[in-house]
Amino acid sequence: MSLAERERPAQVRVVVVGHVDHGKSTLIGRLLHDTGNLSELRLQEIRAAGERRGVPFEWSFVLDALQSERDQAVTIETTRIWLRLPQRDLVLIDAPGHTEFLRNMVTGASEADEALLVVDAHEGVSEQTRRHALLLELIGVRHAVVAISKMDLVNFSEQRYRQVRQELAELFERIGIAAQTFVPVVARDGENVAGPSGNMPWYTGPTVLNAIAALEPRPQAAGASLRIAVQGVLRRNIERIIVGRDAAGTIAAGDEVLISPSRVRARVRSIESWPPDGRDAARQGDAVGFTLDGPAFVDRGDIISSPVGAPVPATELRTRLVWLGRKPLARGDRLSLRMGARLANVEVKTLERVIDIDSLDAGGTEAALANDVAQVVFKSRDVLAVDTVADHAALARFVLIDGLDIVGGGTVLAALDAPNAATNDLVPVGHLFDRYQRAWRNGHRGAVIWLTGLPAAGKSTLAMLAEQKLFERGFQTYVLDGDNVRSGLGSDLGFSHDDRSENIRRVGEVAALFADAGTIAIAAFISPYRADRDRARRAAGTAFHEVYVKADASVCEARDPKGHYRQARAGTLKDFTGITGDYEPPLRPDLVIDTGVISPPDAAAQLLEYIERVVRLESGATRSRRRS
Amino acid sequence: MVHSPHEPDSASGERAPPYGLAPIRLNSIYLFGTVNARGSLQERSPSLLDELEARSIAILREAYFRVWPLVMLWSMGKDSTALLWLARKAFFGDVPFPVVLLDTDMELPEVYRFRDELAAAWKLDVKNELCPPEASIDPTLPPAARAAARKTAGLRALIERGKYRGVIVGIRRDEQATRAKERVFSPRAPDGAWDVKRQPAELWDVYHTDVPDGHHLRIHPLLHWTEVDVWRYTQRENIPIVPLYLARDGKRYRSLGEKNITVPIDSHAATIADIIAELETTTTSERAGRVMDHEAEDAFERLRTGGYM
Repeated sequence: MSLAERERPAQVRVVVVGHVDHGKSTLIGRLLHDTGNLSELRLQEIRAAGERRGVPFEWSFVLDALQSERDQAVTIETTRIWLRLPQRDLVLIDAPGHTEFLRNMVTGASEADEALLVVDAHEGVSEQTRRHALLLELIGVRHAVVAISKMDLVNFSEQRYRQVRQELAELFERIGIAAQTFVPVVARDGENVAGPSGNMPWYTGPTVLNAIAALEPRPQAAGASLRIAVQGVLRRNIERIIVGRDAAGTIAAGDEVLISPSRVRARVRSIESWPPDGRDAARQGDAVGFTLDGPAFVDRGDIISSPVGAPVPATELRTRLVWLGRKPLARGDRLSLRMGARLANVEVKTLERVIDIDSLDAGGTEAALANDVAQVVFKSRDVLAVDTVADHAALARFVLIDGLDIVGGGTVLAALDAPNAATNDLVPVGHLFDRYQRAWRNGHRGAVIWLTGLPAAGKSTLAMLAEQKLFERGFQTYVLDGDNVRSGLGSDLGFSHDDRSENIRRVGEVAALFADAGTIAIAAFISPYRADRDRARRAAGTAFHEVYVKADASVCEARDPKGHYRQARAGTLKDFTGITGDYEPPLRPDLVIDTGVISPPDAAAQLLEYIERVVRLESGATRSRRRS
Repeated sequence: MVHSPHEPDSASGERAPPYGLAPIRLNSIYLFGTVNARGSLQERSPSLLDELEARSIAILREAYFRVWPLVMLWSMGKDSTALLWLARKAFFGDVPFPVVLLDTDMELPEVYRFRDELAAAWKLDVKNELCPPEASIDPTLPPAARAAARKTAGLRALIERGKYRGVIVGIRRDEQATRAKERVFSPRAPDGAWDVKRQPAELWDVYHTDVPDGHHLRIHPLLHWTEVDVWRYTQRENIPIVPLYLARDGKRYRSLGEKNITVPIDSHAATIADIIAELETTTTSERAGRVMDHEAEDAFERLRTGGYM
C-alpha cells in the first residue's frame, strides 16, 4: 500500500480537566448517557449501588470505578471512556482534578490530542484551572473546548457567562492555548450537553457534544524532517534490523540518513516488515524496522534523521517541566533524564524560574515544589542529540527519574551549548565517534562495575571470578583492587579518612578512563562512603554500575580471611569498616548480590549476567535464540 | 531468529503468500477473509488500526530492550492471540520470550486444541503453568472470583521461579473499569499486588521501567485497543481464533474464560464480520458472561489489586 493511500487516524482523544468539584465527572456521565453509550442495565447497577450505600445518585458514579473513589466521592486515577458518535469515535480521558493526584492528571493529559476544560460558572477561574491550563500547554495539548458548568447556580446569567469566558480567554492567550468554543451548561440536567437548553435562549453556539465531535485529530506536519528514536537493534541472520518509531517524516530504501549523536552518515538499504509485504518506505507513526548499508554503528538511544536539519549535539538543555517529586527541586540536584530511548545523568545547573500559578509570572528561583511548573537548565554528562519542542515535540519530551521514581516531566525549549546552526550539519563530534568505534571493535561497551561492601563480603573473590569468565568469553576486562592500586597509584596515601577518599577518587577516575577506552573495569573496594562512590559515578557517567556486595556483618566477621575483624575487635586495627568505622550502604545500587545467602559461583553468575546485559551493544543480539 | 522471507512457510509447506493471505488451515482454527483481508475495513478506519498496531509494536520492543527476563501470557483468547501476532510482527516472525498459559485445567476443550495447533503452526515456545488448587486460595473471595484467583496464584509462582521482571498481558482499558485505570508499564510488588492509589506518572510514550529487585512490571501493549478494534484487526490480519467465539445454535462466547465461571451469550454472529456488526449496536458489556466480575460490586477490583491480570 502506498503512503498516500493511508489516512490519519479517525479517532480523537480528549482529556477532560478542571478543578475538583467543578463537575467533570457529571459532565462525562451525562455525555455517555445522552449519546446512548451507557446501557440502562449499567445505570440500574449504579443506582442500586448508590442506594445500598445510602447516597443520592450522582453521574460521577459511572466513572469512579475504584471502591476508594466511590467511598470518598473523588476521582483518584485517570480513566478512559469510549464515546461512539455518528461522526467519529472519541476517547474521553477523565483526569482527576484533585491536586494530590496531579501526576494522574498529567498522565491522562499526555495521551490526549485535545482538552475539554470544565469551569464552574459560580467560582470562575480557580488556581487549579490555571494550573491545568499551564500543564496542558506543557504537555502539548494546544486546543480546548470549555464547558462553563453549573449555570443554574448563577441563574443562567449571560453576563456571568461572558465574564468567565473573558477571564478564560485572557488566561489561554497568555499560556498559548487556542479555545474558540465556550459552552454554558448544566451538566446534571443535560442542558447544552447533548441537547439544547431551555433556560439559556441567549446561547446559540454548539452543545458540548457538537463541539467535541467537531474536533479534528491533530494534523501531522507535512514534509517534516525525518526523526526515528532508535529503540534497539534486532539481529536476523547476519542482518541488523534497526527498530524504532517514526516520529516525523518518511524513510525509504536508498535514503541517506544521519546517525546522531555520532553524526555519521549512512544509506538505508531496506525497510523490513513481517510478514514481508514489499513495502520500501515508512511514514510518521509507523513502528519501523530498517537496515543500513555498510558498517555504520547504531545503538539504542541514537537518533536517525535526514542529513539536513538534524538534531543538535548538546550537553546543556533549557527545559520547562512539571515537578512531581516529594523533595523540592533545587540547583545542583542530580537526576536521570529519560528522553525517548536516551537516558542521561543530568544536574540542575540553573533553576531559572518557578511559575507563580496566581499571576502566571516568574516566581522564585530557590526551589520547585511538588506540582510546580518551572524553567530549568540541565547539564548532561553525555552529549545528547537534542530537538526542541518547537521543532520536534515528540523527541523533545522527557521524564525525570530520581532513583526508581518518576519525579517530573517536561520538554526541551533550547539546546544552549549547541554549535552554531550554520556549521551544525558539517561538524562531526570526534570523541564520540571514537568511543562508539572502540565499542564496535570490541563487540561490547566499556563499563565501570563498582563492587562495594563490608570487608570480607566477597568483593575480590567475585571480581576475580567475573574477570576470568569475561576474559574467556572475549571481553576486554580488568580488575582494580587494593592490591594493584595501593602499590603505585595510591602509594603516597595512608588509611586516614581523607587518604581513603583520595584513593577512591583516583580509582574512580582511572576506572572511568578504562571504561572510556572500551574496557570493563571491575573495581573491588570497600569504599564505605556514599559521597566517594557518587564521585566515582560522576567520573564514569552512564557507564558506572554500583554493585552492592552484601553480607551481614556477622557473616563477614565469621569469614575474616585476613584476620582484620579479629584485630579490630582486639583494638590493634583502628578505623576498621564494620567494627569501628561506618559503612554507608548504597541507597540505590544497580545490583545487589547477597553473598551471605548464595554461593560464590552463583554470585559470580548473577554478576556476569548483569555485566553482559549492560555492556551488550544491541540488546537482543547476543541473547540465546531458539532458532537462528 | 526468523525464517527468511523467501523460504517456504514451514507450517504448511507452502511458500509464504503475500501479506494478509495466511496459509494455515487447521481443524479448530477459523480463518476469515482469505480473499482480501484488508478489503471492507479500510473504508471504516484503516489508519486507526495502523496506529494501534504501531503503538503496540513499539511497546513490545521497548519491553524487550529494557525489561529482562520477560514472559508473555497467552490465554488463547482473541486478545492475547492478537498480541502474539503483534509480537511476531515486532520481532520479525519470532517471539523472543516464553509464552505461558496459566492453566487451571478448566479451559474448554476447544481452547486446548487451539493452543496445540497454533503452537505447532507458529512454532511457539509455549509453557504450561499449572495453577494451585482452589483449596489454597483466599476463602473470603466470592466463589467464582476464588476460582479465578487460582490464576493469580499460578502467575505468582511463575514469576518467582523464572525471576521475571516483566510479564506481558493482553488486557484492554475498555474491558472493565479498573483495567481502564491501568498504566502501560504497571509496577507490581513482589506478591503481585497492584497499588492503584500510588501508580507512578506515565508520560507520553516515555515509559518508566525501573522497579526494585523482586518487584516486576505488568506490560500492557493492548491497553489502548477496544473489543471491536481487536476483531477488526483479527479480521484484517487473518489471525486465527478459537471457534467458540462464533455462534452455534444461537450462542457464542464473547469473552473466553474457564468453563466453570464463563457463560455464552445469545448471538447469531457466525463470522467475524457478524461479530463486528453485533458490537456496533450492543450495549451490554463484554465481560457480562464472566461470573467473577459480578458477584460483588468490588469483586473484580479485589481480584486485580491482589495481582490478577
